[in-house]
Parts: sequence; C-alpha cells; structure tokens
Amino acid sequence: MMTEVGSETEVKKDSEQAGADKAKDKPEEASDTPENQKSRKAFSEEALDSSSVPVPTSQSSPSSQKKEKDSSESKGISRFLPPWLKKQKSYTLAEPKDEAKKKAVGEDQVIEESECQLPEEVAQPKKSLEEAATENQHNAKADEKEEKHSVSSAETQPAKEDGKEMEVEKVAEEKEEKQVEKEKRETKEVQTGEIKTENIPQKSPKKIKTVQCKVMLLDGTEYSCDLEKRAKGQMLFDRVCEHLNLLEKDYFGLLFYENSDQKNWLDPSKEIKRQIRSLPWLFTFNVKFYPPDPSQLTEDITRYFLCLQLRQDIASGRLPCSFVTHALLGSYTLQAELGDHDPEEHHSDYISEFQFAPSQTQEMEEKVVELHRTHRGLTPAQADSQFLESAKRLSMYGVDLHHAKDSEGVDIMLGVCANGLLIYKDRLRINRFAWPKILKISYKRSNFYIKVRPAELEQFESTIGFKLPNHRAAKRLWKVCVEHHTFFRLISPEQPPKAKFLTLGSKFRYSGRTQAQTRQASNLIDRPAPYFERTSSKRVSRSLDGAPIGISDQSLLRDFPTAQGGPAGDKVIDIEGVGQDKLKEGSREENGSPVKTPQLELIQDGKNNSLRVDGENIYVRHSNLMLEDLDKTQDDLLKHQASINELKRNFMESTPEPRPNEWEKRRITPLSLQTHGSSHETLDIVEEKKQAEVGREETVVIDETNKGKMQVATDAGETCKVEHLSKKDSSSLPSDSSSSSSSESEDEVGEYQPHHRAIEEVIREEQEEEEDTNRKREHQEKIMQHVEATTEGSKLNVPVERTAQVTAEALVQENAVTIATEEKNFSEDMKQDLGEEKEEEQLRLNGDVSHVDIDVAPQIICCSEPPVVKTEMVTISDAAQRTEISTKEVPIVQTETKTITYESPQFDGSTGGNAGVLLSAQTITSESISTTTTTHITKMVKGGVSETRIEKRIVITGDADIDHDEALAQAIKEAKEQHPDMSVTRVVVHKETELAEEDEE
Amino acid sequence: MAGLGGGPAAFGRCTHAVVRALPESLCRQALRTAPGPEVDFARAEREHQLYVGVLKSKLGLQVLELPADESLPDCVFVEDAAVVCEETALLTRPGAPSRRKEVEAMKRVLEGLNLNMIEMVDENATLDGGDVLFTGREFFVGLSRRTNQRGAEILADTFKDYAVSTVPVHDSLHLKSFCSMAGPNLIAIGSSEAAQKALKTMQQMSDHRYDKLTVPDDAAANCIYLNVPSKGHVLLHRAPEEYPESAKVFEKLKDHMLIPIATTELEKVDGALTCCSVLINKTSEL
Repeated sequence: MMTEVGSETEVKKDSEQAGADKAKDKPEEASDTPENQKSRKAFSEEALDSSSVPVPTSQSSPSSQKKEKDSSESKGISRFLPPWLKKQKSYTLAEPKDEAKKKAVGEDQVIEESECQLPEEVAQPKKSLEEAATENQHNAKADEKEEKHSVSSAETQPAKEDGKEMEVEKVAEEKEEKQVEKEKRETKEVQTGEIKTENIPQKSPKKIKTVQCKVMLLDGTEYSCDLEKRAKGQMLFDRVCEHLNLLEKDYFGLLFYENSDQKNWLDPSKEIKRQIRSLPWLFTFNVKFYPPDPSQLTEDITRYFLCLQLRQDIASGRLPCSFVTHALLGSYTLQAELGDHDPEEHHSDYISEFQFAPSQTQEMEEKVVELHRTHRGLTPAQADSQFLESAKRLSMYGVDLHHAKDSEGVDIMLGVCANGLLIYKDRLRINRFAWPKILKISYKRSNFYIKVRPAELEQFESTIGFKLPNHRAAKRLWKVCVEHHTFFRLISPEQPPKAKFLTLGSKFRYSGRTQAQTRQASNLIDRPAPYFERTSSKRVSRSLDGAPIGISDQSLLRDFPTAQGGPAGDKVIDIEGVGQDKLKEGSREENGSPVKTPQLELIQDGKNNSLRVDGENIYVRHSNLMLEDLDKTQDDLLKHQASINELKRNFMESTPEPRPNEWEKRRITPLSLQTHGSSHETLDIVEEKKQAEVGREETVVIDETNKGKMQVATDAGETCKVEHLSKKDSSSLPSDSSSSSSSESEDEVGEYQPHHRAIEEVIREEQEEEEDTNRKREHQEKIMQHVEATTEGSKLNVPVERTAQVTAEALVQENAVTIATEEKNFSEDMKQDLGEEKEEEQLRLNGDVSHVDIDVAPQIICCSEPPVVKTEMVTISDAAQRTEISTKEVPIVQTETKTITYESPQFDGSTGGNAGVLLSAQTITSESISTTTTTHITKMVKGGVSETRIEKRIVITGDADIDHDEALAQAIKEAKEQHPDMSVTRVVVHKETELAEEDEE
Repeated sequence: MAGLGGGPAAFGRCTHAVVRALPESLCRQALRTAPGPEVDFARAEREHQLYVGVLKSKLGLQVLELPADESLPDCVFVEDAAVVCEETALLTRPGAPSRRKEVEAMKRVLEGLNLNMIEMVDENATLDGGDVLFTGREFFVGLSRRTNQRGAEILADTFKDYAVSTVPVHDSLHLKSFCSMAGPNLIAIGSSEAAQKALKTMQQMSDHRYDKLTVPDDAAANCIYLNVPSKGHVLLHRAPEEYPESAKVFEKLKDHMLIPIATTELEKVDGALTCCSVLINKTSEL
C-alpha cells in the first residue's frame, strides 16, 4: 500500500513538473543544476507512464485517503492526492464525450458544477446517505438553481468530522487548481513525452529540488532564498518573516503578480508552485489585512512595516490623501527616518529623496519641512504611531479595490475592507454592504455575487451581481472577501465547510489566524523590542516610485503570458433579485394556471399597479442579462418572472416601495425574483437539514405539485431529476470531474456564507441590524391564524361542515376583519392551487417539515421575533364547504424562519383591511413525512397597535393509507398545542371535490 | 495639527465665520421652492443680525462680513458658495445659474484666509454647499436639483481623505434642509418620510454608527453645532416660537449650550440656520 501511494505521489509530482517545463520558466531553470534538470525530466517521464495507465480511481482513492491520515507529515498536499486527480491526463480524450453527453441531458451548467464534487463522494462512501439526501433536496430545487446558475450548486459537500476529511477537502481544492492548469498541462505532455527516455529513480529524498525565490520586501530590498520546489506558501512566508524578525505576521502576506495589476495572494496552505504556475518565483511582501487600529499592534516593528506599506500605498496613489494629509504624513516619515529637524544638516533638498505623494510639488515639500520642525522630540516609533493614527482615518485605508461593472455596464470599483464591501463610482461611495448585511458571497465565471439581507424598506433578500473582467478576477475578489470577513469578523477561522454546506466549487477558506487570534497571540510576545534599522534611502529609490513592487523586472513577466485577457471583457452585470422563499413557492403555483392571473390582478388593483410595472421593467432588463448563461428562452424567463413578480406582490400585499430611481437601483437593486428565483436559498436550506428523509420528502411533494399544476414547476421537477442523474453520472465516473477542467475552470463556483459559522456572531450582527425590528415588536401583538389545508375527504374531529362546491370563508373575528383583504388574497391563491390540484390526488396536511424555500435563516430567527402569537378564534372554511371552529389554538412550527422587515409608507392610516404598516413578514416552513406546512407571519401596525397575522398553509400529502381527516385534525391539534397562547381565527379547508368519494371511503 | 481634523474630538471647532448681508432684492427675487408670503425685510435683517451677533459676540468667532449685492438676491446664503473643511476650501458651482456669481466674493474672502483653494470649474458640475453634510468622519452629498453627480465627484477629489457618499434628495431643496450635525457624532434629522429615508441611506453607507436626534420638524433639524473652547458644546437651533415641538427635543440635550435663533423670514425663501454662514477652523497661521 505504501508503495502504491508513493508512486501516486510521484505521478503527481511529475505532472507538476511537466507544467513547469512547459512554461519554460527561465529563472527557474537557471537556478536548477543540471542534475536537477535531469531528474526533472525523469519525473515527467514517469508521469506520462502512470497517466497512460488508467486506474480505477474510485477504488484507490479511499485507500489513499487513509494514508493521508497515517502520514500526517507535511510532505505537501500533493502526496495525498488521490489518484483520480492525477488521472486527468489519461482521461483527457474521454472528456469531450462526457461533456457532450451531459449537454445532451441539457444540464450543462449543473453538471459541470457538480463534477467537482465527485471525488469527495467517492472518497467518502459513508457520507453517501447524506449525500443522497442532499441530492434529493437539490432535485427539488433544481429548477431554480439551474436557472440562476447561481453558485448554489457549489454547495454540495459531505459532512466531515475530522482532520482527515479536511485533507480531502484540500485535495479537492488542489484539484480545482489543477483544472485551471489543465490546458497547459496537456500541451506539455508532448514535451514530456520526448524526454521520456531518460528514466530515473526519483524517490530518494536526497533529490529534493530547490528553487530560488525572490521576495521584494517593504523597505525595497530583496530577499532571496532557496526553497524546495514543492514547498508550501507558508514555508516561504515564514522564512521571510524570520528574516524580517517579524512576529505579528498575520497581517501580512506574499503577493505574486500575474501582470502589473493582477495581484494574487500566495496561499500559505498550498504549494507555491501550484499557485504561481509558470510565473517566476518572484514575490512581494505586503500588508494583507490593514489593522483598523494600528495602536493595538504589539510591536513597533510591526507598525514600522505597516508604515512602509502605507508609504508605498500613498506614494503610488493607491491611498488617496489630501494635500494637507500628504504633508502631515510626510513630515512624520521624515521624523521617523531622520529624527529631529536639523537646520544645519537638513538642507532645503534633504527632502527630495523622499516621495510623499504621487505628484510632489515644491509647495508640498515646504509644508512637509515646516511640519517636520514641529515634531521635534518624537522618537521614530512615536512618529510611526502618529503616522498611523492619521493614516488609519483615511477613507481608503485598508480598502482593496477591484474593478468591476454594475448591472448597467457602468464602471465601478468594489472595495473590500475590514468592515465589508464598498461600492464606488468615480470616487463616490455609492453603496456599502457591511459584513453583517451579507449573507453569502459567491462567484461564477466572471460574475461576483453577494446575497444581502433585505434592506429596511425591502422585504426580500436580494442577490447582487457584478461583472468582473474575467473569471480569475472574480475568484480573486471572492477570496479576498472570504479572507477579510474571516480575519476581521470571526473569532476563529471557520472550519472548512462542513457537512452542512456542500460545496462544489472552490472550498477555499481563510486558514490563517483571525485578527482576534493574532491579537491574543501577540499578547504573549515576550521579547525585548527588536532592533531594526530604518533605511530610508533604499526604500526611496525602489519602492516609492509608485510602480507595483515585485514587477520591477517587467521582462520576466512578459515572458509568461498571463492567462487572462484584459479587463475589458464583456460588461454585462447581472443583478439578480433573488426572491425569497415564498416567492418561489408562489411562482410555482401561479405558473401555468391561467385562472390565477386575473385574480392577482384584482388583488393588486389600485394599490400595486405602478409597482408591477416597475418590477417587470426591472425584470426585463435583467433577464436579458441573465440570458447569457441560460438555456431557457427569454420568453420562458419572462413568463416565469412575471408570475413571480405577481406572486411577490401578492404576497407582500403591502405597498411597494416607490419606483427606485437610477441611483437606488444601482445601489441596492433588490430585483425581483429572477427566473432562477431562489436557488440560493434553496441550497441553503438543503444545507441546513441534512436528514435524508427530509430531502426525499421534499422531492415527493414537489413532484406532485409539478404534475398537476404548473409548467414551471414541472420543468423544475424535470430539471431536478436531470441534475440528479447527472450528478450520479459524474460520481460514477471520476473522469468526469476532470473533464470540467477543460473549461478552464470557468464554471468553477465559489460560495461563502459569512453567517453560517459563528452563531454567536450572527446574533450579534443581527442585533445590530434588527434593532428597529425589536423595538417594534414591543407592541401588543394580535394574531391571526389562517390554516389552510387540503384534504381528500376528511373527517375532522374538529367541527367542520363540508359543503361541496361552495367556496366560503368565514371570518369569525375582529382581527380577521382587519386583515380581511390580505387573507383573501391568500385564500384565493389557495383556491387556485387547489383547483389545480384537484386533478391529482394529493393531500396536504399539517406537519412540521421545513420547506425548501427556507433560507439559511436559523440565525435570523435567533434574534428576530419568536413565532408566538395569540389569536382567538378559528374558522375553518373550505373552498367547498364552510365550517367554523371556535377557539382553536394554532401553533407555529418552530423551525427555520425568515424575517423580512418591510415598511410601507403608504399605510399610515388605520382604516380598511389594507391599512396599516407592515412591519415584518416571516415565513416558516416545515415538513414532515406526509405534510408540508408553510407559515406566513406578517405584522401590521394599525393605529398604533401592532397586529400579527399568521397564515399557515398545510399541505397534506399522502395516499389512501393516510386518514386525511385525522391528519388534519392532528395538524390543528399540534398547532394548538405548540402555541397555547394563540388561537385560530380561521381555517380554510379546501376540499377536492373530485376526491369526495374517496373521502367518504 | 492639520489633516483629518485631528479626529472627531475636534469636530465643531471653529475660528472664523463668513457671512453676508442680505440685499433688499431678496424679498422679491430670491429663489424659492414654493410661493408664499413676502419676506419682511426689516425683520429678516434683525434676525440675521442676531445670528451674526451670536457668532461674533457670544461665541467669539472672527466673523468676516461680506456686503450685500443687490444683483444677487440669494447672496445671504453663503453656505452654498463654498465648502470648507480643515485647510481646504472648495468653491462651488451653485446649481442655480443666478447664484454663480456669489462665489466670487466668497473666493476673495477665503483667499485672505490662506486656505487651499479648489475651484469647481467643470461646466457639467453643480454643487450647493447646502447639499454637503460633513460629519467629521465623512461627507454626505445630497443629489438634488441643485447638486449633481459631477459636483459630488469634484468634492470627493477635493477632500480625498474622506469618504464621500451620495444621498438622493427629492422633496426638499437641499440635503441639509432636513438634517445637520448636532454634535460630534450626532445627526439631527427631521421626521418626514424623505428625511428618514435619507438617514437610512446615510446609515447604510457609513462605516460609522451615528447617533440621531429626531425632531418633529424637518426645518428645525437644520441647526449649527460648534465646539467652542470656553463653552463646550454649543448648538444654535430654531426658536421655540417657530418650532415648539422641535425645540423641546433640543432642550433635552443637557450637555449643549443651546442658543435659539429665529429664522422666520429667511425660511420663506428656503433659508435655514446653516445657510447663512461658512464656518472655518484655522488651526495654523500660514
């Protein structure tokens, strides 16, 4: 076994080597001794051999995994690479076919994404159950997912409990990288082949090949060292920090440039070679995380390096300053470097060797000198501290800018900083998303997406898309976001995605220490302040000239074509309005039911007309953009979107926001649900609950729904299945996974959900964000329970009269009256649904299972309103019959919840059913084996009194085996028990007439 | 020290104020967003003199008084002609063409103070100082009928140290028609829907969390906060006779020295407290 593994490892190596060869890295070769070169050739040869022999990867992988455990030595991840990763070459030919197949299935996107997942599945047979469940869930949501081509598909990942699994993940990550490189490698094979003849025993540890690395330091000097070729980033970074005598090193990192403006952070946890590929081993030591409060750094030397970085930033113009600030910071620099101003020694031009600003005028230099005089007595360390105190207040301090385009193709900049994400247009901040506001960060192709909590005036989460110049830029931005969020907002780095999040795409996570941890560690630093020399002259000549450091030798770079095209690219930005749970659901119902539309119209009458127009416009605009990635026709999209909009409006009921002006659109763009609706959320949910049964259940329900009613739904169902299939396919064929690489990882997807990890944190964040909501909650709450159930003939223990063919709703309560309008809407929806459902036999019952729609919401629930409400009466009315129940108590199932806060300025009054301000809307969905319950909670303020209405839709799904009557009764009973302080005001039971006979048994 | 205002602690520090007398042409020719009663010139002058008197005598500022110009009916509202932050002054290009010449006199007086002067020369740019809210940490610029994106960009280029965020302003003349700073970290904000919405926008855009002081009347939310060495927090706010409910809110500010000032007449032509002065903090004599 050992040997086997060893050989595998070798192979891996070889392939890498091959990559290097191909690139013809000149510097590298230069540094290599002849012997090294020889051995290298040998390696590559072997690589070819091994790759030429197809190996049953799926089987071997588990074993290799085990080995990983055993040999936990840090030999480099590549050692642990399971064979399937290396197989790529041998499968190359097969790839096209596979893809073709998949396309035939019609699910390219999904497939491609899912491919990444395969290795993991293979490797972890035990997780298969969960996996299956997940897949099922995926199926349920597949339609939406697919449509959005959202990142969602990236989230499939088996639960991992221990380190071993983590390793697996790393492997996957590497593979990802490999895919990127794949093209190159293929090209190389030819070369390697030629060299083949020279065979060599490569295993001997002595033959470690080294490469010379050069690192540009912040003071403008260059550090070079020899590293083992397969060394990880951490190795180099540690060496540099050692050289610098730097202990608080977590704020720093190593950069490598793809070209003059594409900088990448070297990931410490991965092999250097893999990251830089064919680029020269030339790095730049830089500040990676700018501490918001530099005074909290423990050592002066750390502050010194931060100062050096900032001086570079300022001189190069990356950190804009006013004239006065340039002068002030320059004067501190002088004080730190030269000490007190000495009129005798410091002649008028003593300053000219320093660069304080991108363009430095005589006037500025004079001012600098003048201020320098005032700093007399400051030690260098004090001067540095003063420098930092001023610099940290600059608005662009620590902001990492990325070029992008917004939905309208307008050039903007995305700035990642300690607090979140900033959006700039021409120096103006046009929007800001604090980390607490961001639910998810993802990228796909060259698009970068953030999913944000609903703004205060909005009801739905939205996903905002930005177009980056290319895929790598998108991924780079995504990584930077993940790292910044983790570093600044979390106490400890999140564990790599656990079972919850099944991630198909990049599993990249920040693995270093967080700011909190590094501070803690810094407190333990116990050494005399290290001596260090401030050597200004060097720095001045080199690093302050504004050119990106590390690229000083442009010719080097030129030799290596960068993979990326220019930033020009296409300029489409997708802004997706991601609707929300309910919307999605609603859309399903609406679609394909012609009858419904008129009804909706009615509902909207007067109130929402203008709104609707808005929504559609927006939709159209974006749908066009979305089309890019979609297989669907625009008509489909439009239809779907329209229905979603309808539903959304209908559901929200309350007044829409006034039509947003251009500015607003750009800044928040809560777009209505896209075609792809809520794929994001869907995924989330899936992640949340991994019980296999649940997944299955959901699928069933959805399928049934689809059959009967809506086209859309049906589509979805099919889609899901397809996706499912494709997944299976891919899993069974390891080679498939590698095939995706041919797309140059274009489809690679990354996702990151800032909130999942740290619940405490989430709560904190929530509190920040939800303050208002909490306040409002203090009002008295009244509650309406609206239970809707569909039964196939039910005998209710509850006093329910059935009158066939009659549609009636009884409102037996004051509360009910107030809400009448809204309720009506809902119930009408229901009727529609029911009507359509009649075609099938389908029971919907009460239960607790969470619905697919639910968003990640658990956190949200924590701080938002507890789903407890009071009501007084229950009316059960049925489409076919009318019944009244008195004083029933209905529960709210406690599961995931989503809280949406919506303020409708137009509802100030207290008259009429519509009047009132909608404070919040909440959706709780739950599922059990035979039932699906969707609960909508809305809070209205009317005349100073807050009123909460809870509307539950219970779908009892089952066959003849189930006693529907009993199920319904049980559902109501449960509800009552769960929320003793609430009462049911109204229950609408929709009976399906066609099934009446069955009911009666 | 210069630069970044020495931080929030120094917010509201002020050594000089530029004001301008009101021309008689103001009564009939001043721009106004809504028709209304004619301005009582005598009374308007009395109110303005009281205002200047407070700045000069009570608070000890060096007040630079510009003479009225009858050809510039709105010239009393000097705030719109310049934005001064620390040692830098941006001479604006007012949104109303009839007011562009007001800048000339402002330029002359500011030159005398030896500030770094930036002039807004771009013909596509408009900016009224009334749309600029400086919080001590950042700028908010209202995009209104008087101020456009380009104007805001130039402001951002001028004050590079600070974040400049834009805020749409629809229903009122200026951003500061319904808000202002009432303390180092305190935003006074009106209760109207538009005001609250703008506040939310500002909160969303800012890395910093401001306290807010909500007053019932939008117009009363325009107040002047000063940090006067001998007197501490000083707040000039609208008089109780004008806005009794809002005045009550201000009176709850225990740490502030409150100075009610009526601006009844100028309000008829959209004037407010901040409109009538440009406050400058000269920390160094260059």
